[in-house]
Amino acid sequence: MMRSVARLTRRTVLLAVLCAVVSLALSSPLAAAEAKQKFKIAWTIYVGWMPWDYGENAGIIKKWADKYGIEIEVVQLNDYVESINQYTAGGFDGCVMTNMDALTIPAAGGVDSTALIVGDFSNGNDGIILKDKADLAAIKGQSVNLVELSVSHYLLARALEGMGASEKDVKVVNTSDADIVSAAASADVSAIVTWNPQLSEIMKTPKTHKVFDSGKIPGEIIDLMVVNSATLAANPAFGKALVGAWYEILAVMKQQDEAGKTARTAMAKASGTDLAGFESQLSTTRMFWTAAEAVTFVQSPDLQKTMAHVSKFSFDHGLLGEGASSADFIGVAFPGGVVAGDKTNLKLRYDDTYMKMAADHKL
Amino acid sequence: MKRLINLRPQRATAITLALLPFVLVLLAYVSFSSERLAANPNDKLLPAVTSIGAAIERMALVPSKRSGELLWWVDTAASLRRLTTAVAISAAIGLVVGITLGALPLFSAGLSPFVASVSMIPPMAVLPILFIVFGLGELSKVVLIVFGIAPVIARDIQGRVREIPRELIVKAQTLGASTWLVILRVVLPLALPRLIDAVRLSLGAAWLFLIAAEAIAATDGLGYRIFLVRRYLAMDVILPYVLWITLLAYTMDRVLRFVSRKAFPWHNMGASV
Repeated sequence: MMRSVARLTRRTVLLAVLCAVVSLALSSPLAAAEAKQKFKIAWTIYVGWMPWDYGENAGIIKKWADKYGIEIEVVQLNDYVESINQYTAGGFDGCVMTNMDALTIPAAGGVDSTALIVGDFSNGNDGIILKDKADLAAIKGQSVNLVELSVSHYLLARALEGMGASEKDVKVVNTSDADIVSAAASADVSAIVTWNPQLSEIMKTPKTHKVFDSGKIPGEIIDLMVVNSATLAANPAFGKALVGAWYEILAVMKQQDEAGKTARTAMAKASGTDLAGFESQLSTTRMFWTAAEAVTFVQSPDLQKTMAHVSKFSFDHGLLGEGASSADFIGVAFPGGVVAGDKTNLKLRYDDTYMKMAADHKL
Repeated sequence: MKRLINLRPQRATAITLALLPFVLVLLAYVSFSSERLAANPNDKLLPAVTSIGAAIERMALVPSKRSGELLWWVDTAASLRRLTTAVAISAAIGLVVGITLGALPLFSAGLSPFVASVSMIPPMAVLPILFIVFGLGELSKVVLIVFGIAPVIARDIQGRVREIPRELIVKAQTLGASTWLVILRVVLPLALPRLIDAVRLSLGAAWLFLIAAEAIAATDGLGYRIFLVRRYLAMDVILPYVLWITLLAYTMDRVLRFVSRKAFPWHNMGASV
């Protein structure tokens, strides 16, 4: 009796383990792109992305999703890089990110991605701060605190390039964006590169000087809504609904009347600041208020030059992965059939199709 | 009596049983990984075992393009230096404070509630203060770990010292020992093996604080590298680093256990923790 119970127990345990292994092996995390009804997009807090939150709360996204007979779930994530990683892993159909991160995370990770909406570019939202010194040249020989491999790092590289120096002339100290404000208060920190709202927070302390900002390299740090290319191809309704909603939200946000103010106040609150703070961040962000502006920007050859800079920076820092043999390893497509880099490894696409539909009022 | 509670595995069975969970996890990983790689050959989330191997080789054996250093070893050395410094300081503080509070009621009355309160402060919550007071360099990383584990060790030692049978203390005094001598000859020998136990148990927390400190501001270290390459989802580097950290922590634990057994044989009689 005792023995049979023991055997039973052993057999049950063995069976349970087997079941667990088999079910793990069978549950497929990957689904091939196909027509579907429900979509998930991720966003994180940043002045240029707050419209997504407002659009969700004001029901504008739902309105457009209903129009095309689909459902769009809008999810806020706290961690920016984590949101892109989850998108890359297939957890989301779309996610907000900068042009550089779109290249180095999903595209370099083999996930063919499309920049569906080009929302804005940083026009002073990212900056280099020196303590006690008012001249960028003084940065030589200093330790610079920044989020390594981020757009801040890119901004620093471009600033150094502009003054004929290189990264070898400074020492980069990787510093988390969540802690960079308190880090800046420390006496042994003398140079910081960061973005808003941290940038303006640090500038409030005495003896700080903004010696360079993204306004000096306009149009190079671009904020996008990136979606999975295969999902978009199989579900044009997803693209149409997102783009349609986006420009309706921006139209409200832009207004100087009560409705516009209410929208901007809601966005300010959700991003942890007040209306004045939010508008000061907006003033250093070049929003593409209309689809037509965004289309012009995407079609301009300047974008190709920017992406060449970004590809080179990314390759030099090993961000394109170890398999990358040159800065041209990943193909980037632009409107009009222009492709930069490897045509056989086309992973990032700037697509103006849907924004054009919005500009032509065809949505 | 044949009951589950009495069944003891033989050596070979024990080794097999010990390996089984590792093998299962490995198998599950390989199956998931090959499935994802079949769908997308560039998938970074679950890289193939071969690309993990290539990443280890690249990090450990090939000098880095940018600095010419062998990153794996530079990171390991930096992290171990911080960790061992901090753990040594914490152990020293823990021992002194623990014995003082455990053996001397007058000190205990004055300081115990304070130490108990300090040990409850989550160190990560006071990071901005640590930055401003200790700067952003090596010091603040060590301080973060010390702040995190020293109070815990101190409280543990305090409790253990109080468990020393009163008779022993009285006996030593009847033999003419002063306070100092009682502490030196009775309390300390009983506290030392407990100290090693306490350090072993707080190693996990020490690694946690080390990785957190390196993630926040650093130029090298195991935690620094993991959080840096996370920026572009280089799981082929992150996974071996995690395994390496696990191995280092496990080795430290075993070494401490070995030291405890050799140095304090009386403490480990009959126990096999």
